[in-house]
Amino acid sequence: MDVSTSSLLASVAVLGGVGTTFGALIALANARFRVEEDPRVDALSDILPGANCGACGFAGCRAFAEAVIDGRTPPARCTVMSEGEREDVGALLGVDATVTDRAVARLMCAGGHDVAPRKATYRGIESCAAAVAVSGGGKGCAWGCVGFADCEVACGFDAIHMGPNGLPIVDVDACTACNDCVEVCPLGLFRLLPLDTHLLVQCRNLLDGDLAEAVCSVACTGCRKCAQDAGPELIEIRQGLAVIDYDRIELENPAAIERCPTGAIVWVEGQQFPLLDPAHGVASGHSTHPEGMLA
Amino acid sequence: MTSGLRGLFRGGFRHGVHPPDHKESTESLPIRRMPFPDEVVLPLSQHAGAPAACLVRPGDRVERGDAIGSAQGHVSVPIHATASGTVAAVELAPHPSGRWMDAVRIAVDPHSAQIPRPRIVPRWEGLDAVATRAAVKNAGVVGLGGAAFPTHVKLEPPPDTEIELLLVNGAECEPYLTSDHRVMVEHPERVHFGVRIMMQCLDVDRAVIGVEMNKPDAVARLRETVPEDLDVTVLPLRVKYPQGAEKMLIHAATGREVPSGMLPAHVGTVVQNVGSIAAIAEVFETGYPLIERIVTVSGPGIVRPMNLIVPVGTRARDVLAFCGGLTEDATEVLFGGPMMGAPQPDLDVPILKGTSGITVLTERERKPERSWPCIACARCLGACPVFLNPSRLGMLAQAGRWDEMTEMHLGDCMVCGSCSYVCPSNIPLSQMFSVAKSQMRREREARERHERAVAEAEASRRAEESEAAGVSA
Repeated sequence: MDVSTSSLLASVAVLGGVGTTFGALIALANARFRVEEDPRVDALSDILPGANCGACGFAGCRAFAEAVIDGRTPPARCTVMSEGEREDVGALLGVDATVTDRAVARLMCAGGHDVAPRKATYRGIESCAAAVAVSGGGKGCAWGCVGFADCEVACGFDAIHMGPNGLPIVDVDACTACNDCVEVCPLGLFRLLPLDTHLLVQCRNLLDGDLAEAVCSVACTGCRKCAQDAGPELIEIRQGLAVIDYDRIELENPAAIERCPTGAIVWVEGQQFPLLDPAHGVASGHSTHPEGMLA
Repeated sequence: MTSGLRGLFRGGFRHGVHPPDHKESTESLPIRRMPFPDEVVLPLSQHAGAPAACLVRPGDRVERGDAIGSAQGHVSVPIHATASGTVAAVELAPHPSGRWMDAVRIAVDPHSAQIPRPRIVPRWEGLDAVATRAAVKNAGVVGLGGAAFPTHVKLEPPPDTEIELLLVNGAECEPYLTSDHRVMVEHPERVHFGVRIMMQCLDVDRAVIGVEMNKPDAVARLRETVPEDLDVTVLPLRVKYPQGAEKMLIHAATGREVPSGMLPAHVGTVVQNVGSIAAIAEVFETGYPLIERIVTVSGPGIVRPMNLIVPVGTRARDVLAFCGGLTEDATEVLFGGPMMGAPQPDLDVPILKGTSGITVLTERERKPERSWPCIACARCLGACPVFLNPSRLGMLAQAGRWDEMTEMHLGDCMVCGSCSYVCPSNIPLSQMFSVAKSQMRREREARERHERAVAEAEASRRAEESEAAGVSA
């Protein structure tokens, strides 16, 4: 046996010995300090979408699964699951995971460039945040959507697309109420609302009467008709703007929108604005949504 | 020889840019008074700090100089009626910031002589600092250079500092603007009177008036009129942008650098704009509050450029009409100069206390819309007066990495625009930084709201628990 072979064997022996020793220690530690985990956590995480979007309020899908198994939150809190996944979760846990108070993002502005003219042309960085930072971006209505699509870029679920009038269209089937658009909009125009609430004021303009209509033909003029028809408990006129108290939304009634002179207050069923592409399901907009959600 | 060298070194700061100053069209035009407009619009927020609280109601008769808004807190000033007339409305009105803000509209009485009510002129001799500051605050005086920071706050330096020098800012480095220049040429005694009052208030022996060398007539007039008993030096400064920025001016005049996050007071200096100094002098000469100001209306897009004295609250539309209106090819109306001015989409916005001028540009002055990738030429590094790395900051801004921008001292950026001015790739760096700053402010506010909500939830949970414990016990 020459020197090189013996040193080779020595290395193999030493490394092998070290490996075996630590392997034994790990096995021992595993036996001794084992944490018993509910196998359902693993099973549930496997079913969950795994997007770690955080819409449920937990740090990720795994954290959400642990919370569900601990009984800290209902499984329906995950708004991203498909119908099939909901059934699987229901079967696994023996509960109904389909009933959910699903929320979607609603835009509190209907002033596209067909109805709300620009006063000046903005030339600069093409983003809403940049345009708003430059003296308001040149739109006549200082509260309205400037239409540079920061929300479309921020949406991680491909649920927002800019429409032909420069306003973002939210696809209610794709929207997971993850709050990203709410946070990114520099004018704070998005609001998450349960899908089964219908009454919405599509305006944030604080001007009164003719001043409001001068900047946008679908602006809320603060005329109080909706508040009179729906009851002051539900709608309050605050600084020239009708504000719905969503804590009392059970009082809502289509009568509220009937006398609105500009159409600023609307009764929304499903889609707020019609979808662009028929493949996305224009037919489902304004007409139907899963019956279970209304129940 | 030595003095020549000293002049070279003292009259400047490092970095900066050299835009053409374009002051020739208005620098020799005397200040003219504009006739009173039909209406003045006075936003309750014209200064840095808390907006004033409205004191009048629609239908009230007000005389020129009456207080119509009262200061809310320390960093705030009152607002005064700038013309006699009737309050037409208290409502939202367009504001040069781009938002609509609460404002008092006064329908100006066409038959009024527009003479302010007789008032008590404060005696300045032997007046102590507290009374001087109160008089300045009550007169609604703010920094007239643009930032509109309440002047009385600047006159009360932090207790841990010792002020040695009053520095008067007559640099006026923004292209086109000449309002400070004309004040120094036409009213040098007023400037010196204001300096005297400020020196007494701050208890300093020495004052320096910094003036860029492109205003030799202003330097000469100020030097001729320095009172014998005052130690006032008129310091000609190199013509360089942004020479009029507070920290640059201090460096040029004293050789000291204001550390990041510190105030001029920490290097023993208080800086006041020359226009503000003249406004203070007027308070102690006439007793009138700050109700009018000098604005330069200039730029290639204006028919008759002028230096005008106008009531605060005059709408831009009226001012532009008095100057012959806009030329055919005018494309952009800015409040302020072309480097830091704010573009105005609505000509119904009023002139505020801090509006130093209106610049109207045409298509020729506009930069191309397209920008190209950064070629790492480092020209922006050589231009940045506060020694930041705009190139790197720009990349971080595009990636939305605000936290790293904070680490790279974005807080020291004053959005002077020097980096955008020199960038050969036409990258809109300074706009990126103003967006980044507003985003960071929004995120900080959101974080604070969230923390407050968490704290409240925690408190109510604890209250419930202790209640439950009380019941079970």
